Amino acid sequence: MSEDRHYPALSARLASGRLGPLLTLLFRLAPPRWSEYVLTHWTGKKFVIAIPYLWLLLFFLVPFLIVFKISFSETRIAMPPYAPLLEWAGHQVVAIRLNLGNYAFLLTDDLYVSSYLYSVKVAAISAFLCLLIGYPMAWAIARSTPAWRGIFLMLVILPFWTSFLLRVYAWIGLLKSNGVINNVLMAIGVIDAPITMMQTDFAVYIGIVYSYLPFMILPLYANLEKHDQTLLEAAADLGARPLTIFLRVTLPLSMPGIVAGVLLVFIPAVGEYVIPSLLGRTDQLMIGRILADEFFSNRDWPVASAVAIFMLVLLMLPIMVFQRIQNRELEAQR
Amino acid sequence: MRGRFISGSALFIGFAFLYVPILSMVVFSFNNSRLVTVWDAQNSPTLKWYHALFSNEQILGAAWLSIKIAAMTASVAVVLGTLAGLVLARFGPFRGRTLLSGMTTAPLVMPEVITGLSMLLLFIAMEQLLGWPEGRSALTVTIAHVTFAMAYVTVIVQSQLAGFDDSLEEAAMDLGARPARVFFRITLPLILPAIASGWLLAFTLSWDDLVISQFVAGPGSSTLPMVIFSKMRLGVSPDVNALATILVLIVALGVVGGSLWMRRLEKRRERESQLAASDL
Repeated sequence: MSEDRHYPALSARLASGRLGPLLTLLFRLAPPRWSEYVLTHWTGKKFVIAIPYLWLLLFFLVPFLIVFKISFSETRIAMPPYAPLLEWAGHQVVAIRLNLGNYAFLLTDDLYVSSYLYSVKVAAISAFLCLLIGYPMAWAIARSTPAWRGIFLMLVILPFWTSFLLRVYAWIGLLKSNGVINNVLMAIGVIDAPITMMQTDFAVYIGIVYSYLPFMILPLYANLEKHDQTLLEAAADLGARPLTIFLRVTLPLSMPGIVAGVLLVFIPAVGEYVIPSLLGRTDQLMIGRILADEFFSNRDWPVASAVAIFMLVLLMLPIMVFQRIQNRELEAQR
Repeated sequence: MRGRFISGSALFIGFAFLYVPILSMVVFSFNNSRLVTVWDAQNSPTLKWYHALFSNEQILGAAWLSIKIAAMTASVAVVLGTLAGLVLARFGPFRGRTLLSGMTTAPLVMPEVITGLSMLLLFIAMEQLLGWPEGRSALTVTIAHVTFAMAYVTVIVQSQLAGFDDSLEEAAMDLGARPARVFFRITLPLILPAIASGWLLAFTLSWDDLVISQFVAGPGSSTLPMVIFSKMRLGVSPDVNALATILVLIVALGVVGGSLWMRRLEKRRERESQLAASDL
């Protein structure tokens, strides 16, 4: 009842008169607060909400339900290569077949379990290395003068705008046996024979850290930049040494940034497909590669779907933590 | 003093890590040798890989297709993302808000193989049920790209809107403007920088995407990353270095130019608001 907020007594008296309905209408046309008006009256509001909502429902949520459904079907040699869940079994009976075999298969076959564990390990180590490189950088950027800050931030983001694939490709040239790093090390006499760096875990770590570094630095910077300098001064005045100040004030305050950055690297890295395909081992595949192979090479859609659902379940908790942090950040800016 | 040393070396090491690989690609793009990493001092520098690149019809065609898909993606994602950001930042609580905010943050971290697989299975199911979309094409790639790119636009617009309070919009309402007019005359100009950077980000995300495209692209719709990826699997080839160099150059010019333009825009706005304040 926003019209009553402005002139409650008047509007009540007028509304009770003979011209009441007309006057109420007029008051409705009078301007209340914008946001309140939009919330309570504007008919376009539902329409505006509906457009992005329907798009995301159709193209983001429904696809997961389909994957979920197919993960319970049986594989068939047909197009599409899976059996429907609902089938006319004749005599007015609808048979629902829930095939849990795909999940049982995942959990019993060593290949899947070991590649899940391997993916989580690679993603966790990469996220940690990213933090190790990204934190000092974010901290240094936040401490620099405003003019330099802009330049440094631009330098952090700039590689991100160039092609991701080409940046991974650059590392092939550096890491190969006859690549730049080995050539340089041999030329200055540090090593005699080339070190094998391609198709190792090390190469995958490098690739992931390199590609995801901006995702670590940006949330950390956003957090560190907001820190209250007077807190640091107060700690220094009370006699704390720089290291103590960092460990007792800066580090605890930057925890939301650390968690956000680590999750932004860890979650997508678990399902990483391109980097391990180009730089990684061939004897131990990551789960993203397994999923793609099941789908494209084996044409086993139900198993590929079960792999996807399993990965999603595994990542559900980190994704929810990330959403909470993200929402709190957005609310806190108000 | 020690703090400055630590921050200086952190930045030096970090930026060296970020830029040495890119620089090595630029340098080796002028190398004459077919062996990508061995510098042929006699015949280099040479532009022959650039020549090879520009006579490669397949790469040029794929690049043009990627540009078209990226531009289309960015434009649709900006509209949808702006609406979603506006709804989340300004429309207060409504039924289903949590689901909407979940659906706009989840794509930010969702592993690409999962998104790709689920989109493809959706398109196949839709084709069976509705007969649309017919097969996999540039259209399905664009729809898939819009869906994950709009999440980024939403976050940018939402955080920009969260930075302003709604007093300007309220004032416009008090002066008698209708909601739609308030949006186009007040809200939209305020968030224009966010929309511009959202468009560029969406363009880059689409232009860069390999995994999702591989799932949802059809036989005739190979994007540039898909062509490069299949080239790379056959072995490294130096014309990819030339391509990388061109891209780095375009991006560097674009980013520097863009940020100069943004700074000018900001200065002008500051001046205008000062003028407006002095008029009062």
